[in-house]
Amino acid sequence: MAEIRVQNLRKAFGEFVAVQDSNFVVEDGEFFVMLGPSGCGKTTTLRMIAGLELPTGGKILLGGEDVTMRRARERDIAFVFQLFALYPHMNVRKNIGFPLLAQGMASAEIRARVDETAKLLRIDHLLDKSVSGLAGGDRQRVALGRAIVRRPKCFLMDEPLGTLDTEFRDLMVHELRELHNRIHATTVYVTHDQMEAMSMADKIAVMNHGVIEQFGSPREIYDRPATMFVAEFIGSPPMNFLKFGGGLAKGAKEIVVQGARVTVPEVREDVAPADMALGIRPEHIRFDDASKLRGAIYGTEYLGTTQIVAVETADGIIKARVAAGIHLSPGEQVGLALSSARLSLFEKGTGRAVKTAMYEQTAEARHG
Amino acid sequence: MSLTTAHSVVAPSTNSKRIAGVLVVGYALISIVPLLWIFATSFKTPPDSIAYPPKIVFQPSIEGYCNLFTTRTRQTPEYINSLGPATGFCDETVRKRNMVIAGPSNFLPRFVNSLIIAFGSTFCAVFLGTLSAYGFSRFKVPLADDLLFFILSTRMMPPIAVAIPIYLMYRELGLSDTALGMILLYTAVNVSLAVWLLKGFIDEIPREYEEAAMIDGYTRLQAFWRTVLPQATTGIAATAIFCLIFAWNEYAFAALLTSGTAQTAPPFIPTIIGEGGQDWPAVAAGTTIFLVPILVFTILLRKQLLRGITFGAVRK
Repeated sequence: MAEIRVQNLRKAFGEFVAVQDSNFVVEDGEFFVMLGPSGCGKTTTLRMIAGLELPTGGKILLGGEDVTMRRARERDIAFVFQLFALYPHMNVRKNIGFPLLAQGMASAEIRARVDETAKLLRIDHLLDKSVSGLAGGDRQRVALGRAIVRRPKCFLMDEPLGTLDTEFRDLMVHELRELHNRIHATTVYVTHDQMEAMSMADKIAVMNHGVIEQFGSPREIYDRPATMFVAEFIGSPPMNFLKFGGGLAKGAKEIVVQGARVTVPEVREDVAPADMALGIRPEHIRFDDASKLRGAIYGTEYLGTTQIVAVETADGIIKARVAAGIHLSPGEQVGLALSSARLSLFEKGTGRAVKTAMYEQTAEARHG
Repeated sequence: MSLTTAHSVVAPSTNSKRIAGVLVVGYALISIVPLLWIFATSFKTPPDSIAYPPKIVFQPSIEGYCNLFTTRTRQTPEYINSLGPATGFCDETVRKRNMVIAGPSNFLPRFVNSLIIAFGSTFCAVFLGTLSAYGFSRFKVPLADDLLFFILSTRMMPPIAVAIPIYLMYRELGLSDTALGMILLYTAVNVSLAVWLLKGFIDEIPREYEEAAMIDGYTRLQAFWRTVLPQATTGIAATAIFCLIFAWNEYAFAALLTSGTAQTAPPFIPTIIGEGGQDWPAVAAGTTIFLVPILVFTILLRKQLLRGITFGAVRK
């Protein structure tokens, strides 16, 4: 196993820049997820780490070695494809043993290693079956088997659960994480599904238009989004934004939104007057008639233990997540109380989050 | 509850099955009757073969096959009687017509020429076709579309249109009447078909197969050999059959460019001459034997061809 270090990585296809100046480090044994909408450059980044694409610029270091321009077969990595790429003309055993065959390993040893791997993944009863008859989850396990059988430096996975139905997908998310906990392989996992990313990752990089918008733990990314894109992309329903104007001074603890005073985490930088946005997670909204921030109930979505309530305010609809027991009827006027310590402030033009006391906790937590 | 009224929207109805059956049988009759006629003629005696009205029922004879494989000379009955007992069935048959077998005919060497040239050119065309189709399918080839169009354009006129330049060129190069010359010529004609057909098949094979193999430690050539080629067998089989049929049946160039050592069966068969005219049973016998290799080849590859029809229909 090894650490993956990506430095100033860049890839352009003619005029189109797929990946812009990416920098990140995946530590040894870490489960790292690249998350983003389709076309954001996450798969291209993964393919460059694998050696299937050559970068236009920058460096890739695998376990301290510069492999930027090395051939895929010389990198000692394993790749799990979205469509699994299981060879239909080979049975399960031959598929899993295929990478070992390339190393010229003796057939008895290949047999032993394949058996061991199959046991680990609980597919030993399928070894002599043809891959074309397998169910989605089993195909996935065979593909994983082919990846781990070689004990490579790291695993790269390109939306490996993308084609599975929901039932298998939930199961495989648990299995993948459990497998990772057992073998501690450095893993780079690409997905557009935030649920997969949040539930499996040690670290997440959120990408958009070829740029890494934020790199951090799932908790950091959810609680302290670095940009409006991240805030909107992560979370279901996404973060609500309420616009407000004017600049911010260092030390400010209050802003005015729609005529209501809202206490926010202490601002730690001066911001010139511009269009700003207040970011509120749906679960940080309570209904409180005393609040001056008001709106009318637009509709509700019942989810069992909670409900998502759409409230029409002067600045459009915002969604709140509240206990399912509260009874609300459309048209009803409500006051909105916000959890002051958990609010984010953004500069609308750049989408950047303003430095506040809440964001500093991150830095403290990281260094301390 | 009765299920007799239930009908499926995908399964064909009894009526449409009947209509389809009639059409298939009708088509089969139209295409099989001439073949049956040739087959029957090959077992007729020369007088029966030109009898009018044609004989449907006749006494079968293998005289045609005997005549196909031998050359004969006419002798006096006294001489034939002095020869002693006939050495074989054919010997006996020709003696009845006051002839003796003088030696083997040229049919067998011509047939072997056909085999060498047709299979040789098919192998070359499919080999080159597979590699270039793979190249066009997987790599960024500069001007790929123009090149593919150029390759296709070689099929836009009948090959015989360039017969005279090729004839002159082959004479200069010493390729006239050589097996190599014919293999090169048929390969050149077939390779465009092979590239286009195979490119379609290889495009269907996901790149991930080779990428997975290359990440797992194989070179591109090994990945191609172990993952792409086994998946392309269907396409290769179909392409090979098309190429083989063309090369096997080709008449015009063979008649023009070969006359002796490299002559193939198609120009040879019609030149079989019997006494006082065309020896139709021998011609029919030659044609019947000529059909066999293609028949065998197609039957052997039938499974691949059938798979080719359903390939990719259900899942990618």
